[in-house]
Amino acid sequence: MGARTIIPFGPQHPVLPEPIHLDLVLEDEKVVEAIPSIGFIHRGLERLAEKKDIHEMAYVSERICGICSFTHGMGYCTAIEAVMKIDVPERGHYLRMIWSEMSRIHSHLLWAGLLADGFGFENLFMQSWRLRERILDLIEETTGGRVIFGSCKIGGSRRDIADDVMARLLKELASLEKDCHAITDTFMEDSTVAKRTRGVGVIAPDDAIALGAVGPMLRASGVASDSRSLGYALYPELSFAPIVEKDGDCWARTAVRVREIYQSFDLIRQCAAKMKPGPVDVKVSGNPSGEYWARLEQPRGEVIYYVKGNGTKNLERYRVRTPTFANVPPLVHMLKNIDLADVPVIVLTIDPCISCTER
Amino acid sequence: MGLGKLSFTALKGVFSKPATRRYPFEARPPIAKSRGRIHFDDGKCTYCSLCELKCPPDAIKVDRQGRVFAIDHLLCILCGACVEACQKGSLSMDAKHGEPWTEKQKLSWHTEAPPKPSGDAAPKA
Ligand code: SF4
Ligand code: SF4
Repeated sequence: MGARTIIPFGPQHPVLPEPIHLDLVLEDEKVVEAIPSIGFIHRGLERLAEKKDIHEMAYVSERICGICSFTHGMGYCTAIEAVMKIDVPERGHYLRMIWSEMSRIHSHLLWAGLLADGFGFENLFMQSWRLRERILDLIEETTGGRVIFGSCKIGGSRRDIADDVMARLLKELASLEKDCHAITDTFMEDSTVAKRTRGVGVIAPDDAIALGAVGPMLRASGVASDSRSLGYALYPELSFAPIVEKDGDCWARTAVRVREIYQSFDLIRQCAAKMKPGPVDVKVSGNPSGEYWARLEQPRGEVIYYVKGNGTKNLERYRVRTPTFANVPPLVHMLKNIDLADVPVIVLTIDPCISCTER
Repeated sequence: MGLGKLSFTALKGVFSKPATRRYPFEARPPIAKSRGRIHFDDGKCTYCSLCELKCPPDAIKVDRQGRVFAIDHLLCILCGACVEACQKGSLSMDAKHGEPWTEKQKLSWHTEAPPKPSGDAAPKA
C-alpha cells in the first residue's frame, strides 16, 4: 500500500457551480475513498412553511432550484391538490407538462454544456448553451420568466398559451430540435468525448438500486424507472416509455440525457396535439388537512414532496427529497478506484444540483 | 473529422455573421409577456391594500389612512400576484426590466383624498 494523501475537492472547484465538498483519499493517482460533506448553502426553506401560507409556498418551492424550478412548483401543487382533492382542468395539466418538458430540455442542454466544459471541450460547451438560450426565450415568451416560471399554482396554471403563440412555439421547437443534432452527434460520436466517458465511473444496476440512485443515473444502468410512468398529471395519456441504456458509465448517462432531450420535444408535440380549449385553473378555497407524498420526475430524477396540513393556512410539515440528495451515495460508490483526473467528469454526470439538495 | 469538413467549418466561421449580439450597442427588445418590473399608476389606486395582502415577500406596504403606497423593488420577486389582486388596474407588469438599482430604496407614492361628494364638511350657505 502506497502512502495516502487527502485531496480536498470543492466546495470551490471549476466544475462545480455550487458548493459540495469531497475529501478524496488517494493512493498515488487512484482514489480509494471519497468522503462527502454538504451543508454549505442550507436556506431553511422547509421551515418557511410555518410563516408563509399554502399559496405563497408555491413560490417558495419554485425557488428551491434555479434549473428544475418548474417541477418543484408542480410537485408542491400536486401534493396540495391531492390533499385538498382538487381536480385540475385538463388544459391546466397539459400546460404544466409542456413547461416541465421545456424545463427538461433546458436543464439537459445546460448540463451537456457543463459536461463538455468539464472535460475541456469549450466549443461544445458554448454551442450547447447557445441552443439553451433559444429554449429560454420560448420559456420567457410563454411564462414571462426565464428561470423562475411562476406559472404553476394550486388549482392549475396561472397562464395560458394562446393558439398563435403555441403555433410559433412548435415551429421554433422543431427548428431547435434540428439544430440540437449538431451537438448531440458530437457527444455521441466524437472519439475524444468517448475517451473521457466510456468505461468511466461504472455502476452496476444492483448497486444503483441498492444505493438509491434515481433518474438518468439509474436508467443509464439499465433500470427502467421513471416517475412519469407513475401517472401524475396526464402522462398516461401520452405515449411514453423510459429511456434506458445498459453500460452504467459516464457515456451511458450522457446518452440517456441526450435521448431525453428528443423525447421531451416529442412529448411537447403530443401535448399540443391533445390540448383542447378550456379553463386552465379552478378556484381554490379552504385549507388542507391530511398528508400526501407526491413523486415527480425532474430532469435530475425523482423528487418527493411530502406535505402535511392541519386545517390551517400554514402547513404543519413540508419536506422535499431532491434527486441529487439520492444520487450522492451512488456517486461516492463510483468514485472508488478511479483516476483523480476522472473525478470531475464523474461528479458532473450525476448532474449535481446542490441548492436543491440543501434547500 | 476530415480535413475537407474542417476547412469548410473554419471558412464558414470566417464568412458568417457573428452568433452573438453586440450588446450594449444592440440591445434585445423585451419579450412581450416578460415579467420585467411592477409599474404603479397612482391615479387609479384607492389604497385598499389588497395587493399588500397578496404579496408573498411583503414588498408592498400600503398605509390606508395616510394614503401611501410603497414598493421595494429589490424585495419584489415579480410573481404578479399583486397585479392579479388589484381591482382598480393601478398595478401592471412592465415587460422592460429597466435600469439596475444603484442603491436600496423603497419607492412610495402619496395622493390626497378626493374631495367628498356630499358637502357635510362645507358650511351650508
Ligand atoms: S394598487 Fe390596487 S390593490 Fe394595491 S392598494 Fe392600490 S388599488 Fe388597492
Ligand atoms: S409582483 Fe409579487 S412580489 Fe412583486 S410586488 Fe407584486 S406581489 Fe409582491
